[in-house]
Amino acid sequence: MPDPLEDLYREIILDHYHSPRGNKKIENPDIKNEGKNPSCGDEIELSLKLDDHKIDDISVACKGCAISVASGSLLAEAIKGKSIAEVKKIASVVKSMLKGEEVPPDADLGDIEVLKTVNKFPVRVKCALLSWVTLIDCLEALEHRSGAKISTTEQP
Amino acid sequence: MRKTENGRAIGATQAAPAKIDPVTIKGDFPIFERKIHGRRLIYLDNAATTHKPEQVLAALSSFYRYHNANVHRGLHTLAEEATLAYESTRKKAADFIGARAPEEIVFTRNATEAINLVAYSWGRANIGPGDRLVATQMEHHANLVPWIVLANRVGAELRYIPIDGNGELDLEVLPELLTPNTRLVAVTQMSNVLGTINPVREIGRFAHQAGALLLVDGAQAVPHMPVNVTDIDADFYVFSAHKMLGPTGVGVLFAKASLLDTMEPYNLGGEMISRVTFESVDWNQPPHKYEAGTPNIAGVAAFATAIDYLKQLDLEAVRNHEIDLTEYALKRLGELEHVKIFGPADPMKRGAAISFVDDKIHPHDLASVLDSRGIAIRAGHHCAQPLTNLLGQISTARASFYIYNDREDVDELIEGLKAARRFFGYA
Repeated sequence: MPDPLEDLYREIILDHYHSPRGNKKIENPDIKNEGKNPSCGDEIELSLKLDDHKIDDISVACKGCAISVASGSLLAEAIKGKSIAEVKKIASVVKSMLKGEEVPPDADLGDIEVLKTVNKFPVRVKCALLSWVTLIDCLEALEHRSGAKISTTEQP
Repeated sequence: MRKTENGRAIGATQAAPAKIDPVTIKGDFPIFERKIHGRRLIYLDNAATTHKPEQVLAALSSFYRYHNANVHRGLHTLAEEATLAYESTRKKAADFIGARAPEEIVFTRNATEAINLVAYSWGRANIGPGDRLVATQMEHHANLVPWIVLANRVGAELRYIPIDGNGELDLEVLPELLTPNTRLVAVTQMSNVLGTINPVREIGRFAHQAGALLLVDGAQAVPHMPVNVTDIDADFYVFSAHKMLGPTGVGVLFAKASLLDTMEPYNLGGEMISRVTFESVDWNQPPHKYEAGTPNIAGVAAFATAIDYLKQLDLEAVRNHEIDLTEYALKRLGELEHVKIFGPADPMKRGAAISFVDDKIHPHDLASVLDSRGIAIRAGHHCAQPLTNLLGQISTARASFYIYNDREDVDELIEGLKAARRFFGYA
């Protein structure tokens, strides 16, 4: 029988949990959003600094479990330097992946793909989703601000 | 028989109550035959819901197999049997909590619905602008949200009895909280987070002196200790079948007959009427006027078996077993320097629901590590978010014990917590 713990807490996840990326303050962020998981009380604060439609800097402050901290850290690492359009695509693919939906075969997720394993632990999916849903809300608010079209409307 | 408020019998002339034998009891519960991740199940989430003995499962099945019919209508044999099963449980529940009559018992879906019934039927008619409601800082959302919403809706004020550093209610402030315009004091008999057993009889005495009614949330008390609502002099008392070996979907509202006589029902439809024309309705007698529609008949029938099971064990013996387990669990948890325990340190002042945190590991991660070892605990705010935040936490871990748990289960919990430290690299 496989050890359920090693399955959930992969090495990459533990690494991000112990030294979360993006866990810092950034001055004058262009947008800031707080996310809450009502079922457990976990909280996340996500701030983005933009430069020419690219993510110039990101801060993720997460008060939560290892899975939510690691997920937020993987997020910070994955989206830095990417264009908003790319980030939107990544976020929506991760969300689908966590919900156990089909993921486009050409999606190159890199380290984030490790989060797929969380899908086998339904009670922990929300933990992994928190930072991504908060990011999606951030991007939507940004688009609202610039009057552009919103394409991610799915509720968490 | 005289009892202290924490359920222990007092007086030297009593015969010692029967002892609880968790190993024998476990044999009655089929769920313990299954394995979790290849390990035996160690179930420490009893404050959320308890497991069901074979006897209760058989009663549930037997109702559908041999007696299934709707209640209070139809004149055939099955309808009579179903009605008898349903109504005799009402009598049994009334006796179990010391109500004066079965008519003081209303079946609901759960304890939450019972409180909502009071908030709608009694609250909206009796609480107005400027009136006061008093609750405590340790209430479950079930005994909090209905009062917050009611207070906001009618313009009443809601005040809270604070907790002290020990997790007990600070009752010194009670007299000044109870102004002449206070209509209701809503308090839990046992906190689902802190385990604290509150002196509800004493609180009720203060409430009644001030002209207020007393509502007691007994969801965590009735399964674990002898309760007598007449002795407490509760005006309303609520609890749930599923936390005391019974099926889910059955809750109980006890209310004094004089209140049930005058309150207006809030759930309307079949079963709760005595006469209906196209223009008007006359209510049925209580308790039926509060039980609109087809109730959970099979669940109620099987609930009687759960009550029988507990009565046969003797609630005093149950309480004593849990005092012993709590004492042991508090001692063992206290040995772990990285663990902080909430609630009273004295097992006589509390029940066997023990919340704690590890100084490094999030409760969710503790729960996952323990689950991998077959141990079920709860992690989160336990539907008491204001209290959890008051304790300076966003989430806690909780182990809650019952009749089928023993000291070995406590030892496994401790080993699991140590394993979590090792797994996350803190040991």
